[in-house]
Amino acid sequence: MHQVIKRLGSALPSLIGVIVVTFILTRALPGDPAAYFAGPAATAEAVEEVRRQLGLDRPLFVQFFAYLGDLARGDLGTSLTTGQPVLTEIATRLPASAELTLVGLLLSILVAVPLGVMAATRPGSWIDHLCRMVTTAGVSLPVFFTGLLLVYVFYYLLGWAPAPLGRLDIFAFPPPQVTGFYLIDSLIAGDLETFRAAASQLALPALTLGIFSLAPIARMTRASMLAVLASDFVRTARASGLSRRRVIVTYAFRNAMLPVVTTLGMVFSFLLGANVLVEKVFAWPGIGSYAVEALIAGDYAPIQGFVLTMAILYVALNLLIDLLYGVIDPRVRLEG
Amino acid sequence: MKRREFLESASLAALSTTTAIAAPAVIRPASAQSRAETILLVTESGPNNFDIHGVGTNRPGYEVSWNCYDRLMSHGTKTLENGVESYDRDSFTPELAEEWDLTPDSVTFKLRRDATFHDGTPVTADDVKWSFDRAVTVGGFPTFQMKAGSLEEPEQFVVVDDHTFRVDFIRPDRLTMADLAVIVPGIYNAELIKANATADDPWGLEYTKSNTAGGGAYRVTRWQPGQEVVYERFDDWKSGPLPQARRIIWRMVPSAGNRRALIERGDADISFDLPNKDFAELAAAEQVKTASTPIGNGIQYIGMNVTRPPFDDVRVRQAVAYAIPYQKIIDAVMFGLARPMHGGSNKASEPVWPHQHGYDTDLEKAKSLLAEAGYPEGFSTTLSFDLGFAAVNEPLSILVQESLGEVGITVEINKIPGANWRAELLKKELPLISNFFSGWLDYPEYFFFWCYHGQNAVFNTMSYQNPTMDELITASRLAAAEGRSDDYERDVKGFIDIAFEEVPRIPLFQPYLNVAMQPNIEGYRYWFHRQLDYRSLVKS
Repeated sequence: MHQVIKRLGSALPSLIGVIVVTFILTRALPGDPAAYFAGPAATAEAVEEVRRQLGLDRPLFVQFFAYLGDLARGDLGTSLTTGQPVLTEIATRLPASAELTLVGLLLSILVAVPLGVMAATRPGSWIDHLCRMVTTAGVSLPVFFTGLLLVYVFYYLLGWAPAPLGRLDIFAFPPPQVTGFYLIDSLIAGDLETFRAAASQLALPALTLGIFSLAPIARMTRASMLAVLASDFVRTARASGLSRRRVIVTYAFRNAMLPVVTTLGMVFSFLLGANVLVEKVFAWPGIGSYAVEALIAGDYAPIQGFVLTMAILYVALNLLIDLLYGVIDPRVRLEG
Repeated sequence: MKRREFLESASLAALSTTTAIAAPAVIRPASAQSRAETILLVTESGPNNFDIHGVGTNRPGYEVSWNCYDRLMSHGTKTLENGVESYDRDSFTPELAEEWDLTPDSVTFKLRRDATFHDGTPVTADDVKWSFDRAVTVGGFPTFQMKAGSLEEPEQFVVVDDHTFRVDFIRPDRLTMADLAVIVPGIYNAELIKANATADDPWGLEYTKSNTAGGGAYRVTRWQPGQEVVYERFDDWKSGPLPQARRIIWRMVPSAGNRRALIERGDADISFDLPNKDFAELAAAEQVKTASTPIGNGIQYIGMNVTRPPFDDVRVRQAVAYAIPYQKIIDAVMFGLARPMHGGSNKASEPVWPHQHGYDTDLEKAKSLLAEAGYPEGFSTTLSFDLGFAAVNEPLSILVQESLGEVGITVEINKIPGANWRAELLKKELPLISNFFSGWLDYPEYFFFWCYHGQNAVFNTMSYQNPTMDELITASRLAAAEGRSDDYERDVKGFIDIAFEEVPRIPLFQPYLNVAMQPNIEGYRYWFHRQLDYRSLVKS
């Protein structure tokens, strides 16, 4: 417990850094939000008028302290492109992204980890080649391409998948919000029909993300398993006559998991912010497309809110991974 | 032990965050309405504000304003050459006003006595005055648009009695009546908005941003920004025949390929803004119904900055006009979905705009004009465009770059992100641009007043200034207001001729507004504002 607080304390300076840097970076971006929001018909005076309304005519440090004051009150500002408070938008969009990413990652783990393990135990065999092929293909196919291909085949040609229109069919209504994850919320509400609807909407985008994230996980599993299998304690275990299954599953696999968990954490946080293209293809109301749209419009508040949210998530995720280390391998302590 | 403590506190923390961020619970309707009474519309992007008076309201926001607020008058309809039904610029029909009396100095409207706002409050002349005062006072786009029809001062708007309202004219202007029928002078529920206004925001712009406080045929019942807008019909609407669709669901689908797939599979009823290539293929396949209408008073053009060399020389501008691959652009960029602006004459035959000009691709002529102007070896320049409209601008710019290269003009392409584009236009420093402009009010003098007049408005992207041109524009506006049609014709032809001869901007084409819909959708109507009017739609 003490260590956790210490860890969190050490994360504070980086958060402050993030706040300062994003504030300065958004202001340094080329583009003039006042001109953008004054509309196509604006005269120079109209632009100045909008600039004053938005408070962008004040000195930078005044704007910064105003921003800090708002932050302290938990106010992330209002997005100009959507007209909504940034906090509510992130709160509704983050679960959408997180649900998609988690399911995608889960699919990916289910395939990648066994594949990596099998490839490592039989290096040079057909399964090793298969692993190599799958990972190369997965990483070299851009996500928007995989996504569009899946939509084309499973929606347009076969008609198996529902229309790529976001998280739910247009005539369905979202379950009462508890976690923001439709799969979980619909189960809590005992609404199996909504669960089915949400799951079918989720299938293709999650598959797209899964295919993309296969590569790093499978390769890391394989490499790490190979290293562990070559180590002394595995040789000892084998020499002691333990069954192949026991050697691989109980001894080697557990030890090989550490780098895989690290990779998982990185892949997860990367996907969460970077699956903009998947969100665009499937009209998914996620956080990535929100940030990109804000960036295009030079809309400061959502960009700052997004980066801040991501920074907090990274910090939390790293903490979680550190704690997981302790669970997987008792030798690893937080102090270490 | 420590770990358990941590896990407990962590799960508690997680619990409290989730409760804190829990959005307002979505209310489940008692019964789902049938699909037959619902129209599903898909477009690329959605509104950011429901109120056209708001700061920075985008185009999709105009659509909400149009369908959720009534105006005093609307337009009649006519059928275009291509068989598409369109609004009729020259006829006005009653909407909230039952009748009006137009005199040279003013127009007096008689309001419907039975009309109410969505909340049941009767609509009175006080609401109309408050709404018009708001439009001319809040600044920005609405005020600018009102001004375009000589509607500038709150004193012009007079309440005669509860159901009689008068607009006094400050000068004779043919555009005044037309400007009273655009989206901006909608009628707002004054009492409702005042109750939700604050000292900082006396006109209640914050409230109308996400609430439709009007009396139009539809009202928004659900909005998830960037995802969907759901409208319900206002069953007590009196300003026209009750629309057929009880509910409109408008979904934002960013991927063009998916918008096409949705319409082809029959899942979406109407799809707007498909890329030209997809639309051309859809139209050819004839599986779904399509409608293409030239955008009124809208022209894609190449603009040249006449304030600095080399484009300050009219011969250089003409050389560029002779070096544009017009037909290639129509075929390869627009897939034929545009009306060419070349193939006419540089002497205007009719007082209409857009008008076809007399330039065509003639590289030899371009080269000799360049040599005459003192650039036998050509020169280097930059062609800029708005990345937000890259689908048309990018291939277009590449074709122009290639063609200008053949006469010795080296062109570098400069892609400017949407957030930056308007700021760059305002600076008026870009030497060469590819851009689009369209005016709501479909009159030549209106287009020229903004794009060619020496007042140098932002749309005069070339900074073109010519006193003769200005005189003709001003004279034509006066002639139109006073009904002197011969003078009007002479003046309009006069300024079109100058625009072609001096060619500060080269008109390329008039693009089409493309809509794809299911065969069972009837009643689509083209409007000057290029948004969808739900009221006339019928789904069978």
